[in-house]
Amino acid sequence: MMNFSYTRAETVAEAIAAVAGDPAARFIAGGTNLVDLMKYDVMKPERLVDITRLPLREIEATDAGGLRIGALVPNSDLAYDARVQRDYPLLASAILAGASAQLRNAATTGGNLLQRTRCYYFYDVATPCNKREPGSGCAAKTGVNRVNAILGTSEACIATHPSDMCVALAALEATVHVEGPNGPRVLPFAEFHRLPGDAPQHDNTLAHGEMVVAVELPAPRFGRNHTYLKLRDRLSYAFALVSVAAALEMDGEGIAEARIALGGVAHKPWRVPDGEAVLKGKPATPDSFGAAADVILAGAKGYGGNDFKIELARRAIVRALAQAAAGEPQVQSDKTVN
Amino acid sequence: MSNIHPYVGRATSRVDGPLKVSGLAQYAAEFGAPDLAYAAAVPSAIAKGRVTSLDVSAARAAPGVIDVLSHENKLAFPEDDEPFKNDMVAVPGSPFRPFRDDQVHYSGQAIALVVADTHENARHAATLVRATYAAETPNVDVASAANHYEPPEPRDGIPPTPEPRGDAAGAFAAAPVQVTADYRVVAEHHNPMELQATTVVWEGDGRLLIHNKTQGVVNPKNYICSVFGLDEDKVRLVSPFVGGAFGMALRPHYDVFLAVMASLKLQRSIRLVLTRGQMFTMGWRPDCLQTVSFGADAGGRLTSIQHHAIQATSRYEDYQEPIVNWSGFLYDCDNVALKYELGKVDTPTPSDMRAPGATTGVFALECAMDELAYAAKVDPVELRLMNYSDRDKNDDKPFSSKELREAYRLGAERFGWSKRSPEPRSMREGRELIGYGMATGCWEAMTMPHKARATLTADGKLEVGCATADIGTGTYTILAQIAADALGLDIAEVTSRVGDTSLPMAPVEGGSWAAASAGSAVKSACETLKDELLKRARGIDGSPLANAGLDHVVFGNGRIALASDPAKAVSFADVLKGAGLDKLEADGGFEPDKDFAQTYAGYTHAACFVEVRVDEDLGVVRLARVVSAVAAGKILNPLTARSQILGGVVMGCGMALHEETLWDKTLGRVMNANLGEYHVPAHADIPDIDVVFVDEEDGSNPLGVKGLGEIGIVGTAAAVANAIFHATGKRVRELPITIDKLL
Amino acid sequence: MEIDRLTAAGPTAVSIALKVNGVERRLEVPPSVTLLDLLRERLDLTGSKKGCDQGQCGACTVLVNGRRVNACLQLAVMNDGAEITTIEGVGQPGALHPLQEAFIAHDAFQCGYCTPGQICSAIGMMNEGHAKTEAEIRELMSGNLCRCGAYGNIVDAIEDVMGRSAFKEAAE
Repeated sequence: MMNFSYTRAETVAEAIAAVAGDPAARFIAGGTNLVDLMKYDVMKPERLVDITRLPLREIEATDAGGLRIGALVPNSDLAYDARVQRDYPLLASAILAGASAQLRNAATTGGNLLQRTRCYYFYDVATPCNKREPGSGCAAKTGVNRVNAILGTSEACIATHPSDMCVALAALEATVHVEGPNGPRVLPFAEFHRLPGDAPQHDNTLAHGEMVVAVELPAPRFGRNHTYLKLRDRLSYAFALVSVAAALEMDGEGIAEARIALGGVAHKPWRVPDGEAVLKGKPATPDSFGAAADVILAGAKGYGGNDFKIELARRAIVRALAQAAAGEPQVQSDKTVN
Repeated sequence: MSNIHPYVGRATSRVDGPLKVSGLAQYAAEFGAPDLAYAAAVPSAIAKGRVTSLDVSAARAAPGVIDVLSHENKLAFPEDDEPFKNDMVAVPGSPFRPFRDDQVHYSGQAIALVVADTHENARHAATLVRATYAAETPNVDVASAANHYEPPEPRDGIPPTPEPRGDAAGAFAAAPVQVTADYRVVAEHHNPMELQATTVVWEGDGRLLIHNKTQGVVNPKNYICSVFGLDEDKVRLVSPFVGGAFGMALRPHYDVFLAVMASLKLQRSIRLVLTRGQMFTMGWRPDCLQTVSFGADAGGRLTSIQHHAIQATSRYEDYQEPIVNWSGFLYDCDNVALKYELGKVDTPTPSDMRAPGATTGVFALECAMDELAYAAKVDPVELRLMNYSDRDKNDDKPFSSKELREAYRLGAERFGWSKRSPEPRSMREGRELIGYGMATGCWEAMTMPHKARATLTADGKLEVGCATADIGTGTYTILAQIAADALGLDIAEVTSRVGDTSLPMAPVEGGSWAAASAGSAVKSACETLKDELLKRARGIDGSPLANAGLDHVVFGNGRIALASDPAKAVSFADVLKGAGLDKLEADGGFEPDKDFAQTYAGYTHAACFVEVRVDEDLGVVRLARVVSAVAAGKILNPLTARSQILGGVVMGCGMALHEETLWDKTLGRVMNANLGEYHVPAHADIPDIDVVFVDEEDGSNPLGVKGLGEIGIVGTAAAVANAIFHATGKRVRELPITIDKLL
Repeated sequence: MEIDRLTAAGPTAVSIALKVNGVERRLEVPPSVTLLDLLRERLDLTGSKKGCDQGQCGACTVLVNGRRVNACLQLAVMNDGAEITTIEGVGQPGALHPLQEAFIAHDAFQCGYCTPGQICSAIGMMNEGHAKTEAEIRELMSGNLCRCGAYGNIVDAIEDVMGRSAFKEAAE
């Protein structure tokens, strides 16, 4: 870990100016991923701008009937917020499926969006990695790639986005409020993260100096029929091999609308609207769920060690949809998959 | 005698508990020193080849940097192997020497050491060291090793591979029931919670006080004195607490070597704490390919056992474990052929990890027994009873004690084994398939020479000491229990000390021998102390004990009293006062009983029963419960003994379901060298574990103790794998049994 | 108030105030010093353990303003003004916290290295108030690894302190 200098920002504008004007500067909030990456020498900022004192800690009702979540709201506060527990249980469940209680206490809403891949090669500076060092190559494609992506990969990169929370935010169609040197902008969640393409060094569409200031949830939906199902190599405190956020609006026995987002399989939370559309007007049966899974996973490609994820993802989608349709969401402390 | 005795055999809280729960127990990295400098090791980026250039100029120029050491400016040390073999746990070969030359033997090998005024400045400067390499292609896969060979020089201290007996191949060919299967136990790392660390306190005049994470302070002291030519009187190792080790801290590691080198060169106190990633640049449980073949009669009675193992070792040493030996004595069979081979890989030398050899070999043996149970259509417990061995046919000796039958019976009863329906996939609840599996465990009951001292002071307090280690096993507590019983003291009046080379000699703490050996040595020291006390008590003018022998007196409540008339007594304080002493010291020792060992085979045994739940579609495995029934001689402290078994079982569960060191085969580099991706079990993974101790009388040492550190893990992974087969009908022969293997 | 002057070459040290185990401290700390290293190397509070230094084991768990966090991932300078409770502040021999007593009684540790983190984490969990069942305790304590495998005893110790009757009701 390299030494660095430290600035504490008092206002959003001050923070943005401090980072935008210095290519070697970075924002720091919860630090749960950035400090870790600095210890691995994967990230070597020369200056950290501490944004934890900024007034971005509120969860407020919006005029549209939703919630605006300040970027500095800790993951645990968000998960246990009474409004989130009542109106957005899918989000609460996804957050509680991730990391540990200690990390959730420190990690922030904005930081969760910005956490970087857990690809083993990204973390090891002695190995080639296009995300860490553009042009150096991708050792994961032919290496230990059990945890890597099966969808949306490129020649340059097969990393995944590791967040659980973001998978739920994708399914709920949150929006991301950003401020930067060129003013504020609002992005649909699907446009926040990106696929690796030939520039895997960019995880998302933020420019240097831009800061997430809030995440906005639309008016609550899917309050009854939802689940977050996470499958991993240890029953807690492990990143997802595959996770599924499923949310359904039922119309009697049939499905009126479906949202399905996958975690652990791509460079961003993976949503395929065509796959969701397959379920519209269909009965909630394993056959319908399988048909949706086939569309969502079309084009999935394994790299040897992660081939199993294709079949695992298919089965996880089917099960998650069954849980959602039954109104029996997975309880994260219950290790029996219902 | 007060009613608190005996402590031995009774659940007794850890005497070091208050220190551990309050953060006052000091581990190797936690000792201070004036003017302490901090070191950081720079790891190699390649697994094999040479360092062609090392640019340390930027590191040297960085703030706070005191020095940068490497093979180019090391403190001289001997070229030959011998000084480096002054290591009780050395194995055949040429020991690794950091900074010997420009050669890189494994990925992450320390190629430089930065020393700075603060931890942060050392860490910063370490990132500035630039190396170039001439890399060669490494091989880290034992299956791809150029050749497999039987080790030409056997390792000291482990039993040799038994000679074949009978005609195993012929009996197999003729057997009506045959089972042959290949198993793979993958590489694991110990990953104790504490990082490997050394603090060297430079005391001036060439005197070093070293705090090093070690399973036996004597070993790194001998090694350090030997390799740096230091006067043994000027070096002391003090490591009172060890944050877990499980075998990884048996041999001296590069942290103590480099920290001492830096301290000697800079004449300054040094702290070197390795990173979690660097914990993967030292000993490990080597992966092992195994084939087990059983021939049996139609009823399941074994007629032939063949077990062949090929295990990884480093290029520079022939590390060895007894992998196949267990197959020669655990079951009764007259036709046995066992073979153990090595294959070279470009990694650090493997090291003993909890029940080395047995954990790996018994996994294959006990999975194969389960396969035989299905092939012969016999209940797995019945099969084991049917083939029960009352004699160690490897060495043709009777067992010193073996209550394994009772362990099977009690374990099965506690578990409710009778409720098992034999067919795979025949038990379910909801979407979960239920599996019951079991396996046998065994481990050698060993003892080693130990010395100990008992010191009584005028205030009536007793201190007992031995240079062994307490790596969490409870040694502090059992030594205090033994001593308190011997002198009839309240345990609060007894202090036990370990982990200091100023204490009487002990070897490394491992192999489950510490309780029996150190405990017996302490008992012996206390007996001598009692003798000395009584002698002096008799000599006091008008002593009521004037003619009493040890058989006629009772030690208790700080006095020596006549058994026949307890009113006639002399207090310990009066004995010391009468003799003009402020303390009375007695030395004791323990030597293994060679005659006994020649006559009897000594083993601990266990029967492990596991219930798993497996999601039928998703392959998610959930452990529901474990019963481990253990026959291990006398149990000194049921509370800490149970914890030892729990620990072994949990590590066995990790082995079965989670743990695997993943090497990139091209780069020769461990890719999951951290606790986030090398998965040890977490709270949520571990169910209720029921530990049952079977009564067992054993005469191999004065305490009747056989040791508990290893037995809990042996067989556990097989029991889990067998339960998963019973649940799913899928026989997974390569660990760990992850979700992908059950889809 | 205790004043410590910590100097190190390198980036400018930052002046911060911390209340550690009830003691106010003013410190000059270089930015790259983590809260864990500050406690261990500069304040002689070695009860908080370094097991991974990456937020992957929980051995460094301390309470910052009453909330449990991994001290290894906290920059000390960012905690300016915070109240820190480490295991040393939870209780000391002779005046142990009930949870420390329960850990001893249930033999909820072996090597003791994860223990301060387990205890601080459990206190943090009790403060949070979300663990009502044994399964919830196991899940919410999963950020604290124990390689000695004392998990069952740790859960027993925690349940003991939280009151077994409450769990029995929840289970029924």
